[in-house]
Amino acid sequence: MSAASLTVAPTGDRRSWLVAPAVLVLLALFIYPFIYGVVISTQPLEGGGFWANYSHFFTTPSQWGTLWVTLKLAVPATLINVGLSVPVAFALRRNSRAQRIVTTLLVIPITLGTVLVADGMLTFYGPAGWFPQFLQGFHLYMDEVRLTHNFWGVLISLVISGFPFAFLLTLSYISGIDPTLARAAGTLGAGPWNQFRLIYLPLLVPGLSMAAALSFVQAFAVFPSAILLGAPAGPTRVISIAAYEAAFEQYDYGMASAIAIVMGFVQLLIVCAIFAFRRAFYSGPATSGKG
Amino acid sequence: MIMSTANTLPTSRSTGLPASPARRWGWLWRATIWTVMGFFLLNVVFMIATVVVNSVATRWFGTPLPEGFTLSWYGRAWDDFQLAHVLVVTLEVVAATVLLSIVLGVPAAYALARAQFRGKRLAMLLILLPMMVPPVTYGIPMATAMYQIGVGGTLTGVILSNLVPALPFVILVMTPFIEQIDPGLESAARIFGANTYQYFRHVLLPLLVPGMLAAGLLVLVRTIGMFELTFFTAGPDSQTLVVALYYAVFSTGVRAPQAIDAMAMIYMAITLLWVLIALRFVSPTQLVSRVKEAPREA
Repeated sequence: MSAASLTVAPTGDRRSWLVAPAVLVLLALFIYPFIYGVVISTQPLEGGGFWANYSHFFTTPSQWGTLWVTLKLAVPATLINVGLSVPVAFALRRNSRAQRIVTTLLVIPITLGTVLVADGMLTFYGPAGWFPQFLQGFHLYMDEVRLTHNFWGVLISLVISGFPFAFLLTLSYISGIDPTLARAAGTLGAGPWNQFRLIYLPLLVPGLSMAAALSFVQAFAVFPSAILLGAPAGPTRVISIAAYEAAFEQYDYGMASAIAIVMGFVQLLIVCAIFAFRRAFYSGPATSGKG
Repeated sequence: MIMSTANTLPTSRSTGLPASPARRWGWLWRATIWTVMGFFLLNVVFMIATVVVNSVATRWFGTPLPEGFTLSWYGRAWDDFQLAHVLVVTLEVVAATVLLSIVLGVPAAYALARAQFRGKRLAMLLILLPMMVPPVTYGIPMATAMYQIGVGGTLTGVILSNLVPALPFVILVMTPFIEQIDPGLESAARIFGANTYQYFRHVLLPLLVPGMLAAGLLVLVRTIGMFELTFFTAGPDSQTLVVALYYAVFSTGVRAPQAIDAMAMIYMAITLLWVLIALRFVSPTQLVSRVKEAPREA
């Protein structure tokens, strides 16, 4: 740091102007639309004052209900994805062939995206698909299998595209932890469980809360699969559908922006809660431990 | 003489008594993990296989395999969904997004890696924000603003909206890459009389190419699959492949599911081809997040 401040003139480095084009583009394409959205969200179409769009959202059950519907999907999805990825990433923490194969396979559902996953799931889990055929062929479940066009379809799609994401994040944090620490604990008599509990878990908490926050935000913004695999008129009418309908079906851009802002605010709130929870039970380096 | 070392050896193994219950639990635990993982992967594999089989099926309902096989759905999908046009649009959007994000992002990454300036933290925050907020959340106000100034529903609008996640991504991939290039090289080039252009052309650019290649491939894969932003800003003539696929799946009752799956196969083939190319240069983790791969112990 001190070396840098000695070599760089205090008046500023001419090279710093190279950042200007990118900053201008992001200001125009990201910050300006955001401010524009905030402004029009306070100018309701039907009049009624500054907060009318927001008060309309929070007093109409079909609108504020979407918050609840989205949370009912996003919270279990986050818990499943992060909860599963910890033991699996722990088992695969060493750089091995198995790790390489599993990570490559898991990249596939992520890069294919939610639309393709939804298309595949509609046939695979649909009433005549292979999954119900398998369950009934082996007499595992004899009733009609309903896994699409309802809550379960959306939850499964959130796990299929969210688990690989959470796993790869967790894996990159867990493989960043110096394995000699656990080996040292091993020579002192700690078994695998104690190595995990006393060495890995505490060092993993910062990374894990990051993974949980990112997974949650992603699940909370569920959009195409809630329409394609869910019941977008009722049980899986998530908040992004409400915002989309306001903007592109009712052309009420102010209301749509208001819903988008509420959505961003709830995401921020939950992320803050996750990090506050982390701070409450763990204090240490902000980045994942490296020995 | 060998026996004498036997006393010191077992210290690291002393925890693993042959029939200890801890061992058995460990085995059971590992078996559970692999069963869960195997079940997950099997679902993914068979889900994709469903699409493959359905795209070449004549009629398939409620049986393990379809009644017959045909390739005619591909031709049908090509005509019905106007895939030639859709593919040209996709190519234009992806190429423009990759080029613009590299051209704008690499200089910015250079400034962030090398220069100290006032407002650097603010610039960094501005670059991080679009990566933190999901596209659905900022996409709706953004699409609204775009329709208001008249680029909504056009190819330009689609490219500009795809730039919002792509540009920060390039900057975040390139900044640590440039940081690890020795700044002494610039001094050395200067001493030998290189001007700024010569230094850039003959020293810096060749060193930047691997990083730019990786960043470009990552942006390319992500832009092909970027649904939300394109969906919000695309008009009828500016749909990319993934948006066209969404509309096809959405209208399942209208079109034959086999034709939709044939289109899904074309989308899948293009995506996976680029993923395979990208994986030769980057790690799987990089496709997902900007988290730097930890250096591995040998």
